[in-house]
Amino acid sequence: MYGLGLVKGMLVTLKNLVLPSRRFTLHQYPDRKVGPLGLAKHKGTNVFSLALRSPVQLAKSMVGLVSVPDRYPQHPRFRGEEFTWYEERCTGCASCAKYCPLGIIEIVTDPSGQDMQEGQKYGLEVFDIDIGRCMFCGLCVEACPYDALHMGSGFEEGRYVRNELVIHKDRLVSASKRPSNWFRPQLEGRHNDPRGDSDVAWQEAGRHEKPSVSDQEERWAKR
Amino acid sequence: MSFDNVYDIIVGLTPEGLEWLAFIAAGGILAFAVINAVVMSGAIYTWFERRALGRFQSRLGPNRWGPFGLFQPFADVLKLLSKEDVVPEPADRVVFHIAPLFLAIPVLLVFAVIPFGEDSFLGRLNVGVLFIIGVTGVNTFGVFMGGYASRNKYALFGAMRGVAMLISYEVPMALALTGVALAAGSLALTDIVESQSLFFVVTQPLGFLVFMTAASAEMSRAPFDMIEAESELGSGYHTEYSGIKFAVFQLAEFLAPIATAVIATALFLGGTKGFDPIPGQVWFVAKTIAVVCFLLWFRATWPRLRVDQIMAFAWKGLFPMSLLNMFLIAVEMQVFQDDAGVIPNGSLIVMAAINWAVTVATIVIFAHLLGQRRLKRKVPVPSPLANMAEGG
Repeated sequence: MYGLGLVKGMLVTLKNLVLPSRRFTLHQYPDRKVGPLGLAKHKGTNVFSLALRSPVQLAKSMVGLVSVPDRYPQHPRFRGEEFTWYEERCTGCASCAKYCPLGIIEIVTDPSGQDMQEGQKYGLEVFDIDIGRCMFCGLCVEACPYDALHMGSGFEEGRYVRNELVIHKDRLVSASKRPSNWFRPQLEGRHNDPRGDSDVAWQEAGRHEKPSVSDQEERWAKR
Repeated sequence: MSFDNVYDIIVGLTPEGLEWLAFIAAGGILAFAVINAVVMSGAIYTWFERRALGRFQSRLGPNRWGPFGLFQPFADVLKLLSKEDVVPEPADRVVFHIAPLFLAIPVLLVFAVIPFGEDSFLGRLNVGVLFIIGVTGVNTFGVFMGGYASRNKYALFGAMRGVAMLISYEVPMALALTGVALAAGSLALTDIVESQSLFFVVTQPLGFLVFMTAASAEMSRAPFDMIEAESELGSGYHTEYSGIKFAVFQLAEFLAPIATAVIATALFLGGTKGFDPIPGQVWFVAKTIAVVCFLLWFRATWPRLRVDQIMAFAWKGLFPMSLLNMFLIAVEMQVFQDDAGVIPNGSLIVMAAINWAVTVATIVIFAHLLGQRRLKRKVPVPSPLANMAEGG
């Protein structure tokens, strides 16, 4: 009979409303609501010991007021926002600034720097990345000849003021070194996990060992 | 608390000869209370609708701000208040400014004549049903003024569609309410509620169906939301509005289902009538919430109708149905009513049985007349390419 399709459709939506197994098709990103069992699983205990230790939180979780952090597993080659930069590896050649299609990397150098192995190099006075205009193409990372610049892995860099979106040199130096594996097969080979909790030292971030001073002189002598 | 109680208290406090002042004060106090309650319930309803719609569609809805996201409406209002109030440069400024009021005020005015309890109402208007029909007709102006004054093509399209639809659906809605007025013998809503010894939804199912359909078109929500069809028109007549004016539009839009549910409760579902220990106000609110939930369910499920389908449905479907309903009720009133002008209970059940049979028959007939014909599939002509694989 005509008109039964309306009722059929209403039953479908009613099924979505009532059946708990069909509740969510989305992954819940910042956190998710947990019941008593989920809370105990999150804390690594069972419900009974949780009831002894924190009964208030257990009662809250029964009425759906407790949420635990939750995030989707992320790919290690994610091109994230906070760039990882090794001052020890950087020579101040400004390849990244030249390759940037948007011209948002500003580098000011002076000839007074000291390389850890080779002696003299350019010292860096300014290294600013304006991620407010960045499109995360990763060309700067591809251009870096010394593997000094890496993509990061985070995406929670929202700010209220536009100026704060510029990453200055101090922040790049003091940030924890969690490089993404984007365009860095050597990190992929070493099973680097950007979302893990161990930093990558500057000696390990390169694609090969840096030649020592004596090696360089030997190579120059052959020419 | 009725108007009379408040008036008596205030008259006792005012000096002799100033009764008109007490009259205004009592009306002002009650109107203030009712409007605040209605707007607050509208705010909570926005949260409820968004959460429930989320559940219907397997997502969460607003859940971050406050327990279960309950403070979301207040955050929304604060955000809209703090936004810039942009007026387009070529807009008709005066009309542009007053258009939101033409939508919000009629919805609030509806609540003036609603009997929320046996003795709690704002006004005992003796032409209540007429008042409701007239006042809800005003929002057509609001839609057209908003669309015309913005000087935006999409807004104008939305407004033109909206006016055509709203005017068309007012006709069956008014005719469906005529059946109620005939059966109750009065236009005052308090009298209509008292006259329902058997609820009108039982004795006049066809009128109820026509009223609910026409009313959900009047408040321009899915499946009749072509006024602001997001996929086609931006957002229709309020495309150019922002800030507090947009908030007023949203308020009117979210109060409309509450107003519709309240009218349906008073006219068809017996208003405050129920079992004895529970007070009438609770019955009224419970019935209202039930109707609101049903309207929400409709919105969550059904897709939007096309423009020609909507107009055809109003004039070919609902209009004859409501005429039939009115004719049926009028004849039955003549046949069944006793000398006092009241239908006895035994006859009411007979009347309900006749009306239910007529309703089912009408729906089947109209569905077959208006429903889309199943396409007769032609026998496919064999293509010459079909035999290529066999080398033919």
